[in-house]
Amino acid sequence: MIAVLKHELRTYFHSLTAYVFGAFLLIFVGIGAMMYNLQAAVSNFEYVFSFSSLIFVVIVPILTMRVIAEERKQKTDQLLYALPISTTQVIMGKYLALLLVYLLPLCIIATYPVIFSQYGEVYLITSYGALLAFFIMGAALMALGVFISSLTENQGFAAGIGIAVILFDYFSISLAEYVSSSALGSAITLMVLSMIFGWVFHRLTRNETLSYGISLTLMAVIFATYYFDSAKFEGLLPDLMKKLSLFDRLDVFINGVFDLTAIVYYLSVIVFFLFLSVQSLEKRRYN
Amino acid sequence: MISVKHLTKYYGEHLAVDDVSFEISEGHVYGFLGPNGAGKSTTMNIITGCLSATDGKVLIDGHDIFDEPNAAKKLIGYLPEHPPLYMNESPLEYLRFVGEAKGLRGAELSAQVNEVIEKTGIANVKNRRISALSKGYKQRVGIAQALLGNPKVIILDEPTVGLDPIQIIEIRELITELGKTHTVIFSSHILSEVQAICDQILMIAKGKLVAFGDPEELQRTLVAPNEIILTTDATEDELSAITAKVEHIGGISSETDGAAFTVAHIKSEHDDIYALSSAIFRAFAGSDKVIYEMALKKGNLEDVFLELSNSAETVSETAPDDSAESEVNEE
Repeated sequence: MIAVLKHELRTYFHSLTAYVFGAFLLIFVGIGAMMYNLQAAVSNFEYVFSFSSLIFVVIVPILTMRVIAEERKQKTDQLLYALPISTTQVIMGKYLALLLVYLLPLCIIATYPVIFSQYGEVYLITSYGALLAFFIMGAALMALGVFISSLTENQGFAAGIGIAVILFDYFSISLAEYVSSSALGSAITLMVLSMIFGWVFHRLTRNETLSYGISLTLMAVIFATYYFDSAKFEGLLPDLMKKLSLFDRLDVFINGVFDLTAIVYYLSVIVFFLFLSVQSLEKRRYN
Repeated sequence: MISVKHLTKYYGEHLAVDDVSFEISEGHVYGFLGPNGAGKSTTMNIITGCLSATDGKVLIDGHDIFDEPNAAKKLIGYLPEHPPLYMNESPLEYLRFVGEAKGLRGAELSAQVNEVIEKTGIANVKNRRISALSKGYKQRVGIAQALLGNPKVIILDEPTVGLDPIQIIEIRELITELGKTHTVIFSSHILSEVQAICDQILMIAKGKLVAFGDPEELQRTLVAPNEIILTTDATEDELSAITAKVEHIGGISSETDGAAFTVAHIKSEHDDIYALSSAIFRAFAGSDKVIYEMALKKGNLEDVFLELSNSAETVSETAPDDSAESEVNEE
């Protein structure tokens, strides 16, 4: 695992990736700090994170797109399979390297509240609480990015899907206001989601019978539930979108509350997607 | 050292490896021979733990590759068909990473990296970017990677494909050199290459193991019937009268060229074609007829290889057009 970690870090710092990532993050946070803390003279550093969380839409896919897709393209995944290290160690090594690349600019950002506190009242505890939440949310998005990268050998495709998914997640709260809260709308959306799930499952396992089976069963269950008790679907879709939003949970921290359930939620997302990535890599051995 | 038992691999419906079993013992160079799409790469990928098997077992020095992958993989160095190289790194950086991943640290790591660089002759390019290296050097870096960690077995998948003749000779010499200290298995679809450097040959065709043994043994036991081509002034009737007393003749076909010559193709039933030819010579000496020309046509492994590949094709249930697909899958 350490070998993979070191190797990944060297790759990031030999190429421009780590620097571009860091620069984007610092610039965005810098602009936010200038707008809120300097121009508007607000003493809450938390707002800067709220503003700059949008940048994840771009920088997370840029950083994670190559993680596994590139290995496939260059056929170096064969080496990883043949080495005496497990797939879990490979994914963990790669993920920890991503976190380190991410932590580096955050360390610089962590000095800002202290600097600002020299010139006025800054409530440091909420600032650092928000910083921690910002870090963990980014980490969760990166786990998602690693998984998307494991689905394809085309980096561009991985980046595109990554941007689309994160963007959707970012706007899902505002979108939730507009999507149909009717039972029928929710049911149809869930049907479409079942199909997408079936497609992803098929990509992972290449097992047509099982993918169709799961997809059709889900759709049948949704249909049956809708048929017998349509009230269950009332307002389900907006609800679901709010629940799945990673960005929504950051707002709680911005408002000065340290929400432990959100932390647990982010950690579960990380574990879930890393687990899927391991499975995705492991599946390649079977076909 | 390596024991493969009833190995079977399906890609969906396509049968790529069909109940293959063999034992590999220490200290030989094994050649894995077969036409493209025969299942060579698939078998090697399974032995090295890169691919799962549908059925069967692979034991590396007693360690099951599926149950104890790490212990088994430590004993193997593998160079896949496409050398798995990180193009943006130098060979030195790359080898250090592979060495670390194989569990080498500190002085041990540096010592081994230097040793394999020395062995594979890449010292003069070790700080260049791998993407800038020639194909031959890339292949060498790939082999160097396989040598790290001092594995007992080195498995090389078509190491000479796509190289120019000089590079091919260099790589072959390197393999022969490695054969002195390691057990080497390498695959190829070129018979002469396998004959030149291996002391054991495994032939695989259409997913089946069709022959296994040292080259001479294969030649003796499998070779197509030997043949003597004879030109004489005897007529066809006289020829059959003369050869009637000679033993071990598997059959004669003859034709008369105008009035002067008869050309006969005499098949040998005997392993020793020289015994037959001297018997025929003596029979002619006893008669009054002249042998103008006598040529011995020995069967060779090339014929055996082609014959076995073809016969496996007729035995196997898979349709011939599946072969293209299997090649894609193998990659």
